Amino acid sequence: MGLSSISIALSGSGGAGVMTAGAMLLEAAAHAGYYGLFSRLSGPQVRGGEAAALLRISTQPVETPADAYDILFAVDWGQFERFAAEIPLGKHSTVLCDPHQGAPPASIASDGAIVREVALAQLAKAIPGGRPNMVALGAISAIVGLPHDSLAAVVKHIIGRKGEPALAASTAAIDAGFSAAGTLGFERALSAPKVSQTRWMITGDEALGMGALEGGIRFLAGYPITPATELIEWLTPELPRLGGRMVQAEDELASINMALGASFGGVPSMTVTSGPGLSLMVESLGLAAAAEIPVLVIDVMRGGPSTGLPTKTEQGDLNLAIYGAHGDAPRLVLAPTSILDGLATARWAAQLAEALQTPAIVLGDQLTGQARIIVDQPVPGNGAGNMLSRLTAGPAEAGAYRRYALTESGVSPMAIPGTRGGQWIAEGLSHGERGTPSSAARDHVAQQDKRLRKLEGFDFGARWADVEGDGDTAVITWGSSTSPARDAIRRLGANRRRIRLIALRLIAPLRPQLLRAALAGVKKSVVIELNHSGQLFRYLRGLTDFDAEIASYARSGPLPLTAQEIENHLMQWSAA
Amino acid sequence: MNNPGTSAALAKYLPRDFKSDLHPVWCPGCGDFGVVAALTRALAQLDRPAEEIAVVSGIGCSSRLPAYTSAYGFHGVHGRALPTAIGLKLARPDLEVIAVGGDGDGYSIGGNHFLHACRRNVDMLYLVMDNRVYGMTKGQPSPTTEADWECSMAPRGTGLAPFNPMVLALAAGANFVARGFTYDPNGLARLIVEAIRWPGFSFLEVLSPCPTFRPEQKDWKRLAHAGLQEGFGDVAQATAALFADDGFGTGVFYRGSRSPDLPAALPAATAGLSDIASQFQV
Repeated sequence: MGLSSISIALSGSGGAGVMTAGAMLLEAAAHAGYYGLFSRLSGPQVRGGEAAALLRISTQPVETPADAYDILFAVDWGQFERFAAEIPLGKHSTVLCDPHQGAPPASIASDGAIVREVALAQLAKAIPGGRPNMVALGAISAIVGLPHDSLAAVVKHIIGRKGEPALAASTAAIDAGFSAAGTLGFERALSAPKVSQTRWMITGDEALGMGALEGGIRFLAGYPITPATELIEWLTPELPRLGGRMVQAEDELASINMALGASFGGVPSMTVTSGPGLSLMVESLGLAAAAEIPVLVIDVMRGGPSTGLPTKTEQGDLNLAIYGAHGDAPRLVLAPTSILDGLATARWAAQLAEALQTPAIVLGDQLTGQARIIVDQPVPGNGAGNMLSRLTAGPAEAGAYRRYALTESGVSPMAIPGTRGGQWIAEGLSHGERGTPSSAARDHVAQQDKRLRKLEGFDFGARWADVEGDGDTAVITWGSSTSPARDAIRRLGANRRRIRLIALRLIAPLRPQLLRAALAGVKKSVVIELNHSGQLFRYLRGLTDFDAEIASYARSGPLPLTAQEIENHLMQWSAA
Repeated sequence: MNNPGTSAALAKYLPRDFKSDLHPVWCPGCGDFGVVAALTRALAQLDRPAEEIAVVSGIGCSSRLPAYTSAYGFHGVHGRALPTAIGLKLARPDLEVIAVGGDGDGYSIGGNHFLHACRRNVDMLYLVMDNRVYGMTKGQPSPTTEADWECSMAPRGTGLAPFNPMVLALAAGANFVARGFTYDPNGLARLIVEAIRWPGFSFLEVLSPCPTFRPEQKDWKRLAHAGLQEGFGDVAQATAALFADDGFGTGVFYRGSRSPDLPAALPAATAGLSDIASQFQV
């Protein structure tokens, strides 16, 4: 009887290759038919410093790391102490390490974990071109019972690109590790996987990027920023394949304005950034709202404020996303309710931006963006709904077109450059219906009303939130706080504690009536999020009349919220 | 018409086809009136209808210009005319895209974009109406204001030497660099036409006096003079000519042969969404 799930941390100094080994381990698990999750832990150093690949491999779908790691495999101990807190170990954990890398740090001993030694460096040294990370990969694969075939296929796929000598060296190193594991007298074998359907292996960033493309985005302007760069880099080759274009801008001010220019040209456009970049963009978010130019902004959040924690996670940009801009500048703010849901949420956000002619901000984060997950392949088009698109204006008699016509829905047909008689000026100044600047109070008020009306009056349907379960206690989450909460609720359910989950996908405009309906019968609810001040909690309190008690569970990143932590909190709090 | 050999009766478009019915907010005597006149004359010679032209600007007196044409326009935020225009041109290479603005918008708050637009060399015109002052905020020094010009914000002058935007444009890689004068609308219109037609990023600096805050600029009528007309194809020679110039020489200083870094046309699609999604399959 094998294990249904195992959690593994591969750690080493930057350059030791633990990320490569981790990615290969995940791919081998996928090849063998397991589900899994791989997330990255790294310090701010570009090269060197500390790094860890965090994996969970399971026979069941998984969205979150386990409470404690079953195995920590340290290729070396370089800077390990810096992130020891992020790799929880317990009495049942096993630490594998190389005796030639020195004794394990004190924190390891205090966790009570069992330490076993594998002479990684020595084994690697015996192989020309052999590297300790590949020996570790072989050893860990054998320990968890991954088939050698799966490993061989992955090595060929990933290392094969580097040429025959590299492939031979890696294969030999992996085989050495595989054999060495047999002499350890230690195994943590997984049960055989249940392979039913085609699986996908995808990162949170890739899901967001693919969703944006499916939503119709064909222009991207971006500026490098950790941890959003990977998403820009993923989109860079894909956009031209679809006939689109990517531009590396000189800064984020340029990124957002390039996207606005392209969108004005009729091409659905986006930019991708992280907190500091979003801070720079807010003036132009106001412009997009005022001039009614659609644009998709994906913010892969990191710890803030200021430069904050570039490589680590936090859900701290919600206030900025909802409110960032002077004046009242209504916009859409969305967040995926799982790693894979980035696909559906970004797709929907791109279309909503087009349909409502306003900026849409999707809040991803480092934790889920850089995490790679093995999931069942989504059914194509599932949950996509009807394709929403921009309402455009056809040719008109000169002088007849009113770009900012005060329509009932608030959405006015937009003439795309090239349309005869449709000439208009995208205008950041207050304006009348024709778009001509106007400082008249009635024009200002009428246009403010119109811009709010188009968001407030739109039928967003059922996708505003994932509402799961029917207990009289509710947990409200957004973004990456959802998966650990969902896990915690599942565990409590096993103990007959029924808790309702409301994971908001559409955060702005808020749907207070729908939220109240989803909370019907709830006696108390708690808003769970990874930021210091409880940004969603405050926002919800400001806009919704709650019939029952509502509490906040919020704390700073970068340590991710865990299912265990949420479970403990829910036990204490709901008993109180 | 200023195009010799073409009579107005034969022309497909007239300057008035490119003028809107809005009356500019500018002060009487503002140099920018002459720029609108020259621009509409130039556009009439391009043989393209107004709906295929887009004029993009930021904030400032001269940035109000798009609304005074009958083209599509974008009156964006302060300093960001160039990225907006570049985004539009890259997404819609079929359009004629022109960015306009003033010295504060283009050289101060938008200075970084100016350098990178020159370097990027996208096929478009950037026309700056330089009056060496912030007019809309009622008279503060800009990056091209003389060091000793006195105003409330700099009672004894800034003490800072103005920079030469044309030299910067050359150094940063603009493919066409010229100077025009608003009181010579025919000459200015000729420069605009050539700048638009020249491949790559064309930078046209226009001396455009501010009678309200810089009344002494009336003198520019006397100071402006026909400078180079042939220009140089060599950056070093063009730069030397600009350093030797008194800042009032009009004409073309540089015609480059750099090809744009990004291809003008959008790529043809070679894949569908399902092809892209197939990479996720295990």
